[in-house]
Amino acid sequence: MKSLTLRGWVTLVVLVALALLPVFVSMTGREFFLVLATRLVILAIAAVSLNLILGYGRMISFGHAAYLGIGAYAVGIPVYYEIYNGFIHIGIAVVVSAAFAFLTGLVCLRTRGVNFIMITMAFSMMVFFAFVSIEEYGGDDGLVIEVRSEFGQWVNLENDTVLYYVCFVSLLGILYLIRRIVHSRFGMVIQGARGNEARMQSLGFDTFRYRLVCYVIAGALCGYAGALLGNFTSFISPEMMDWTRSGELIFMVVLGGTSSLFGPVLGAGLFILLEEILSGFWLYWQLIFGIFLILVVLFAKGGIDSWLGRRPER
Amino acid sequence: MDWTLLTVQLLNGLQFGILLFLLASGLTLIFGIMDFVNLAHGSLYMVGAFFCATLTQWLDSFWLGLLLALPATAVVGVLVELIVVRHLYERDHLDHVLATFGLILVFDTLTQMIWGPDGQVIPLPAWLDGQVSLGDAIEVPTYRVAIILTGLAVAFGLFILVTRTRLGMQIRAGASNRKMVSALGVNIGLLFSIVFVIGAVLAGLAGMMIGPITEASIGMGNQIIIVAFVVIVIGGIGSIKGAFIAAILVGLIDIMGRSYLDVLFKMFMSAQNAETSAPAVSAMLIYILMAVILAVRPSGLFGPRGR
Repeated sequence: MKSLTLRGWVTLVVLVALALLPVFVSMTGREFFLVLATRLVILAIAAVSLNLILGYGRMISFGHAAYLGIGAYAVGIPVYYEIYNGFIHIGIAVVVSAAFAFLTGLVCLRTRGVNFIMITMAFSMMVFFAFVSIEEYGGDDGLVIEVRSEFGQWVNLENDTVLYYVCFVSLLGILYLIRRIVHSRFGMVIQGARGNEARMQSLGFDTFRYRLVCYVIAGALCGYAGALLGNFTSFISPEMMDWTRSGELIFMVVLGGTSSLFGPVLGAGLFILLEEILSGFWLYWQLIFGIFLILVVLFAKGGIDSWLGRRPER
Repeated sequence: MDWTLLTVQLLNGLQFGILLFLLASGLTLIFGIMDFVNLAHGSLYMVGAFFCATLTQWLDSFWLGLLLALPATAVVGVLVELIVVRHLYERDHLDHVLATFGLILVFDTLTQMIWGPDGQVIPLPAWLDGQVSLGDAIEVPTYRVAIILTGLAVAFGLFILVTRTRLGMQIRAGASNRKMVSALGVNIGLLFSIVFVIGAVLAGLAGMMIGPITEASIGMGNQIIIVAFVVIVIGGIGSIKGAFIAAILVGLIDIMGRSYLDVLFKMFMSAQNAETSAPAVSAMLIYILMAVILAVRPSGLFGPRGR
């Protein structure tokens, strides 16, 4: 057995802490931590999915929050029509997100650089405005999700601890999935195209198609996170898809460290904790948050992940 | 057909387009020359409006307020460039996006600390507040006409600056090859700063001009900046001409879509379907336009090829 590196230890400690958190909560009765941790884990899934395209593929999507919204509405709208089956909710969330990613990806991936950033944002704003103007589902005011998804008698999401563990296990599964993707031949092509696209093309890879598939996977995973988010907040409004939300997701990824498997989880964690602590003691906490963001960009290149020592050779 | 309404809406579209141009011209110059993505450009628009509101209330004169708010916004632009932006030129777009996103948070919160959460009204002088008649029986608000004329004058001035002056020559040269320009002895750092401040002042001016109509409010720049980005992407990044044409196009399409799309839809669908779908589609119209244009020409209408 190999000895663990610092990075390995941090990963292990964070995961064990997250796994044991409900025990701590049931002992101390501080429900608040469970709520915080659920939000953290869900946003970590979203950040991990964004990292697949942003970190490994260098596709800077500024519209990733749209998938969170699509996923949450995929729970909210069926519940509105009294369809409570969670498998249907998750199915709709993943399929619609993947379809949206596929269709927009066909256009977005033709562009490069800042045009890509802007067109991904434009597509997310289209979804945003679409939901703002659909009065049937609450428009601007949003939609209350009265019942959480039902998964038969064994998994009852109405229990907050169960919901938390569903989110946590999903995070573990998705981390494993991303790990497999990144180390596969497919993942190698994506990373190769990040470094030098012309070289990958001359090796005979149709990089556009590889990128498109990668983009669709990331969208579908984030749609799944959105379905969890809808269950967790029991409320969905277009505001969740505003471009500033996408900016926050990018911040989580960069804060944790792009193109590292576990970095976005750490980034999402630090983001949520900072937001919670700062907003607790100062009305104008966003000032500190903004300054912190600028300082991270200026001085902390590589994010938290780079403090954990050199990346192992792949 | 109601011709008065049509004229008013056309003017509104034109006026919106002009405002977008003031924002987009700065953005496109900054991007074209420095390859810098400035999300915080909308914050300068907001700062301009707030400065103008306070100065107008203190001095009791819109003109003095406007005149003094312009250099005040320029000072903010210089500070932003010196403290943050200057250190980011060598970085990639992701860092630009994040750092300027942080700047937006800082600006929005500082504005809230200084001016409080409520919007600030900018009172207009009486002679700008009325209506002016165009031809027979069509009356339009004087102030909107004033915005259009001012904007056109600024656009003309900017055009002369970029195409006819030495500074403009350096700006254009910097946009096509930064390294060569600095090798020829132009102080590229200074040039960057000047362009950034020009952009800041133009954005501030746009904020000051819209202020009397909408009032200065926190976060007012965060929606319009996205539309301004749509404009520069459609027009082709780095092109002033493209920004102007795209701004007018987007302004007209957005306003006309909001006013007339339901009429158009009623021609081929039921009234009820038209009433529900028209607002959704009209809000998305400019983004659809952008997607279509980028699908056909990935670098925009007047963009450089292969950037």
